[in-house]
Amino acid sequence: MTTEAAIAPAAAEPFVPGAPPPAPLRLDVWRGIADDNPVMIQMLGLCPTMAISNQVSNGLGMGAATIFVLVCSSFLISLLRKVIPAEVRLATYILIIATFVTIADLVMQAYSPVLSKTLGPFVPLIVVNCIILGRAEAFAGKVGPLRAVADAIGMGLGFLLALLIMCAFREVVGSGMFLGHPLFGPNYEPWVFMIMPPGGFLTMGLMFLAMGWWGERKKALLKKAVA
Amino acid sequence: MISNLAWIFFSTLLINNFTLAMFLGLCAFFGVTTKIDTGWRLGAANTFVLVMTAVSVWFLNRFVLAEAPYLRTIAFIVVIASLVQIVEMIIKKFLPVLFRELGIYLPLITTNCAILALALFQTTRKYNLIEGIVFALGAGLGLTLALTLMASIRERLDVADIPAMAKRMGLVLIIASCMSMAFMGFAGMGSG
Repeated sequence: MTTEAAIAPAAAEPFVPGAPPPAPLRLDVWRGIADDNPVMIQMLGLCPTMAISNQVSNGLGMGAATIFVLVCSSFLISLLRKVIPAEVRLATYILIIATFVTIADLVMQAYSPVLSKTLGPFVPLIVVNCIILGRAEAFAGKVGPLRAVADAIGMGLGFLLALLIMCAFREVVGSGMFLGHPLFGPNYEPWVFMIMPPGGFLTMGLMFLAMGWWGERKKALLKKAVA
Repeated sequence: MISNLAWIFFSTLLINNFTLAMFLGLCAFFGVTTKIDTGWRLGAANTFVLVMTAVSVWFLNRFVLAEAPYLRTIAFIVVIASLVQIVEMIIKKFLPVLFRELGIYLPLITTNCAILALALFQTTRKYNLIEGIVFALGAGLGLTLALTLMASIRERLDVADIPAMAKRMGLVLIIASCMSMAFMGFAGMGSG
């Protein structure tokens, strides 16, 4: 009884040993997009989110590559979860992830060399994106393949969402364009600052400030409703 | 030769600072920088791993990957993971106090993107062994600098009165933005 009570709250936390509680597939997908968004709530995968978010096209390419790696590696890890010994599981996960990243990297080099060049080292760096290893450790290594894929799709879409918010803001403000199309006419003076490194930190900071403001407001409204 | 090495060192340390200009190793930058002591110690551990990586990557590039370039990502990550494991064992055996202080952050160096990025940059820029080591030193000291600066600011933030909505990460990111802006000032060094 007591042990069960001790496990129950811990299971809701993303980074503890022990399988996640059962949930319908729909919720597994939705969790990654909203309640457990990898970037905005869990603060994982910040490096690529800030580094390549100065153009929407970069964001789309990066998001697609990450979703591909996340879904494939989650599926394979989940299939192999009973075969992988616990002692070497992290090394095995990293190897599986690195394999899929190599595939994504080579495909991107072959079919869209321009995108591959702009993203530069950040395509092979998907290997060390903490979202992927984090999901393998917290989820895919502990549940069946169907739930693992659902969770991977959700987390991937959540990552893409955060990436696109950042990219859209930075590209529109920083170069006055969206997906390469000029928006404001010739008289607009672009804020070049926003597409340079400090702009990445600033945009992310503004995003967290907005979320903090939203959270405080919700808390205040709740208090009012109770009182 | 010397001026070339000095250029590599200072441009990696200041102009292209791994954390503040190239967004590498942000997990550690935001996760660990709450105390100055842990900040610079982690920086030192990272520097050590970076230098070791630079040496092994040079050997890999020279003798293995020339035959099989498609194995690049996989080979690098395996070598880095084993290196971190070895460093962990050595520190555990000879410096048990430091080992206890670093705790979980030691194994996490494996997934620090700065390490893998160093290996990739070293490969694409075709650095030789000495250039690679200098590059790694610059990158490591740059990381240490950024971690220590951030930790010092955050120690002061702990006692400051900041609005509730900025408590989580907002303010820290905006401070990082200001630091990054300050480091952009070093870009002028390139032309001189």
